[in-house]
Amino acid sequence: MMAKPSVHVSALHYAYPDGNKALNGVDLTITKGERVALLGPNGAGKTTLVMHLNGILSPTSGSIDIGEFALDEKNKEVTKKVRERVGIVFQDPDDQLFMPTVYEDVAFGPTNMGLAREEIERRSTRALEMVGMVELRDRAPHHLSFGQRRRVAVATVLAMEPEILILDEPSSNLDPASRRELSEILLSLDVTILMVTHDLPYAFELCQRSLILNQGEIVADDLTVNILRNQRLLTANRLELPHGFSF
Amino acid sequence: MHTESHAHTHGHSVGERLYIHRHSFVHELPGHIKLVAFFVFIIIAVLTPIQQWQSFVGYFLIISVALALSKLPMLTLAKRATIEFPFIIFALLMPFTAGGEMFDIGPVSLSREGSIAGLNLITKATLGVFCSMILAGSTTTHSLLAGFVRIKTPSLFVQIAAFMIRYLNVINDQMARMKVARESRGFQAQGIRSWPIFTSTLGALFIRSYERGERVHLAMLARGYAGTLSSLSVENVRPKHWRAGLTFPFLAALSFLLGRVLFS
Repeated sequence: MMAKPSVHVSALHYAYPDGNKALNGVDLTITKGERVALLGPNGAGKTTLVMHLNGILSPTSGSIDIGEFALDEKNKEVTKKVRERVGIVFQDPDDQLFMPTVYEDVAFGPTNMGLAREEIERRSTRALEMVGMVELRDRAPHHLSFGQRRRVAVATVLAMEPEILILDEPSSNLDPASRRELSEILLSLDVTILMVTHDLPYAFELCQRSLILNQGEIVADDLTVNILRNQRLLTANRLELPHGFSF
Repeated sequence: MHTESHAHTHGHSVGERLYIHRHSFVHELPGHIKLVAFFVFIIIAVLTPIQQWQSFVGYFLIISVALALSKLPMLTLAKRATIEFPFIIFALLMPFTAGGEMFDIGPVSLSREGSIAGLNLITKATLGVFCSMILAGSTTTHSLLAGFVRIKTPSLFVQIAAFMIRYLNVINDQMARMKVARESRGFQAQGIRSWPIFTSTLGALFIRSYERGERVHLAMLARGYAGTLSSLSVENVRPKHWRAGLTFPFLAALSFLLGRVLFS
């Protein structure tokens, strides 16, 4: 038997408090070091699924295991451990960056982990180096370009040295060069990646495997190239390659 | 964004609205020392009865020295000081409106109590405005926040202030974008009939800000937030900073005592 998978989700159901069912029995396993794209139309439940993976939302029924930890909303200690292990980069960097300076924001996660000062300093600086933002460490987030803010948002999560990195629409609103720079950063990391995206070429570039989530269910789980070749599957899930592209 | 352009800022004044970058001893002082010094100074000044006018001469001398030391541009400060005008107008009305014992200057008759109260208001408000102008002009918002943490202000207050500063800009931009979007569809503000549009814009802005608040909170939880912004950095303090900072309220206290002696 191999080591425990990074993420193991089984029969996950979730309904919002207003009764709206968002997830209807999601099964999902991601092994260590894999890079997986999570595709699906707007409102498919992608973000809802992501928020389950670090215990921000708790399932109505079903189970979520992150490595050796079984998430349980009553067990705060496990939730804390899981949040150190699973890093989420949210879609809007303005939601993620709230401290007065870039550096303090990057240091926020490591500080909450209760690390020693030197270690916080080391991790934060290293994370900023990885995304090429060391020079702007004392800037206020508001005065960075959108691409820079996205990179800082990635750094805030990298500083926690997560084993699993989850990105919600990482390429949205980026100019082509920022988009490529971000993919280079992501490819250089030695972590498990789950990437929520509508950007199919980006999914192809970064992830060998893709999942399609629609109406709260995983409707496809295959090699990205196979999924992108299956025109009927894409159409059924409101996914489209940019005009003129085909696999 | 920042109207006061200066040859160099070392990036210090990026995103600052009030801070003016200069190399001065006042700028160099850590935020919390300035906070304590100005707070004590103002308390002393406010508690001094206006009749003890000799003390106020001292206070104004002290504040002038602080102002000179700060090397802040006088013209800019003068413009900022106009914030006091409404108070001055109010204070100038007091001698006419208050009752009690009256006295005449030429053809006008003034209330003694009102005059004293007006003078009291103007003098103390001016001192307060000077203090806050020096503080705001010489201290970055970041240094102020760090200062509040340092003097053990309840964490919740500091967090609220930090979030306010951070998201004021975001909300401002959002409001500007909504304005552009409104006008792009042919909207022109015309009198009272455009008010419903403004109120619904405000409502939308409120809802969006509320939702953003929730998202920010989630993003914080995801990184292990447990009640404090513990990564907010603090500044290095040397004993000479404390000595210099406390000289300021100390001189004020001295001035108070001297005034007391002369007054009695």
